[in-house]
Amino acid sequence: MKPMLSIKNLHVSVAGKPILDGLTLDIPAGEVHAVMGPNGAGKSTLSYALAGRPGYEVTAGSATLDGVDLLALEPDERASKGVFLSFQYPTEIPGVPALTFIRTALNAQHKARGEAEISAPDFLRLVRAKAAALKMDFDMLKRPLNVGFSGGEKKRMEILQMAMLPPHLAILDETDSGLDIDALRIVSEGVNAMRGPERSMLVITHYQRLLDYIRPDRVHVLAMGRIVASGGPELAHALEAEGYDKYAQEAA
Amino acid sequence: MSLARAIETGDLTALPSRRDEDWRWTDLRGLLRTLPPAAPAKLERIVVNPGETRVVDLCFRVAAGYSQVTRGDIQVADGGHLALTEDYDGEGVSDTELTISLGANSRLERIVKTHSSDDAVCVSRAEVTLGAGAVLRQTVLTSGARRQRIETRVTHPGAGASVRLDGLYLLADKRHADITTAVTHAGVGGTTDQLIKGVVRDQARGVFQGRIVVSPGADQTEARMGHHALVLSDRAEVDGKPELEIYADDVVCAHGNTVGALDEDALFYARQRGIPEYEARAMLTEAFVGEVIDRIEHDDAREAARAWVAGQLGRAS
Repeated sequence: MKPMLSIKNLHVSVAGKPILDGLTLDIPAGEVHAVMGPNGAGKSTLSYALAGRPGYEVTAGSATLDGVDLLALEPDERASKGVFLSFQYPTEIPGVPALTFIRTALNAQHKARGEAEISAPDFLRLVRAKAAALKMDFDMLKRPLNVGFSGGEKKRMEILQMAMLPPHLAILDETDSGLDIDALRIVSEGVNAMRGPERSMLVITHYQRLLDYIRPDRVHVLAMGRIVASGGPELAHALEAEGYDKYAQEAA
Repeated sequence: MSLARAIETGDLTALPSRRDEDWRWTDLRGLLRTLPPAAPAKLERIVVNPGETRVVDLCFRVAAGYSQVTRGDIQVADGGHLALTEDYDGEGVSDTELTISLGANSRLERIVKTHSSDDAVCVSRAEVTLGAGAVLRQTVLTSGARRQRIETRVTHPGAGASVRLDGLYLLADKRHADITTAVTHAGVGGTTDQLIKGVVRDQARGVFQGRIVVSPGADQTEARMGHHALVLSDRAEVDGKPELEIYADDVVCAHGNTVGALDEDALFYARQRGIPEYEARAMLTEAFVGEVIDRIEHDDAREAARAWVAGQLGRAS
């Protein structure tokens, strides 16, 4: 099968400092790949570079989604092409109710793709159903986005947005951080409900625990800015038992 | 020394200049080398009787090529209620001097809106005295002018009287707006609450001078002042001078003053969700100023203010 996400020899610098150093990774359509690695290996840099965050300078290499050169696009254009990033630390947006924010985003994506706007009743029906599936209190959606939300509420809000803006490529950056075991289960069920043949997922995590809930097709180890090992789900268990030390040394 | 006196006497040395501490950011003498011919002075008088409720719209307009002084005398008797909207949409040079007197337990909701032209020089000054238990609710909405000053001075008796002095300046191009307020708490048990927000872009300049004085013996005063501005261009400027002078012991006073840019993290977050940059900037800017609009109690006035903001931000972007 033709890969949906294809990253080749990606080099990324932040503030002039090289972080990713020739990263190559393919994720075929319908597959879930986990990227694991020690702190400082470049996991979040990978997610931000794919999403187009200003300040993450690509100095070499390529990244395509369904054959489209992502790196040539603005962040909002990438989103409309189907890139969704679930943030490790979701940003608070004072003064903008979550419902307003999500509807603005959905309509912006529809407009960018030449699709019709969603009507207000259809939008409300859809968002009510998705919020209920994530066991979210609907009143929370009337509050300013993420302002005063707990860590678990913020992560549910990320997954709700992912469900409302169904992407081709979902990047989950440390979605397990800050979650208790119940929230982890609910969020994981939300993610698993979205697995499908037309969607690829890149799950970035430091710990194996998340992968008990979101079972990956492949596991990659990111160390020193490169993928240094790849394998099946068993690789995650080996990492949990042995740690990252040997990869850090090998990459050096 | 005032613009009104200069217009009335033709004496340019009567104009406030940068050498006057209170006018240093809104220099008129350096700006006006000559004064256009004076149109006849105008007088406005509004009287609200005891217990009466009135809604009044005043429009101050001076034509291009003229200068004009308007004096206004506004009296709200005990228990009266006035909803006053002032529109300033002149093109010439104007000074409006208002004397506002609020009786005991009366209420004034004052909205000041300006739509001055790029060439206009506009000063509006209000002297407000409050009776016991009176309520003043004021919101200034301005897009500036060539040079503009909206000034409000309040003599606050304490005595359960309550003042809200809010304002919003949204400035583009080379426009200038100065919101200056001074509140003197003279007696026990009064409240003043102030929230001023501003957005400046291009080469615009916003000025806020806020002074709250709590006189000796004016205990149990509660005073809050906030001024927060977004500067959206390297060449735009905001000058803020918040001052709290407290000569009483038993008071609750707080102030905050911030000047910054749009939150880049919030901007990227919105763009990652598919919202184009210009739309994300407008959304975050509108959210920033929305807090001032939300504080307007009257529904119609609040929605009119919201529409004014949307129009300004749409036009300016």
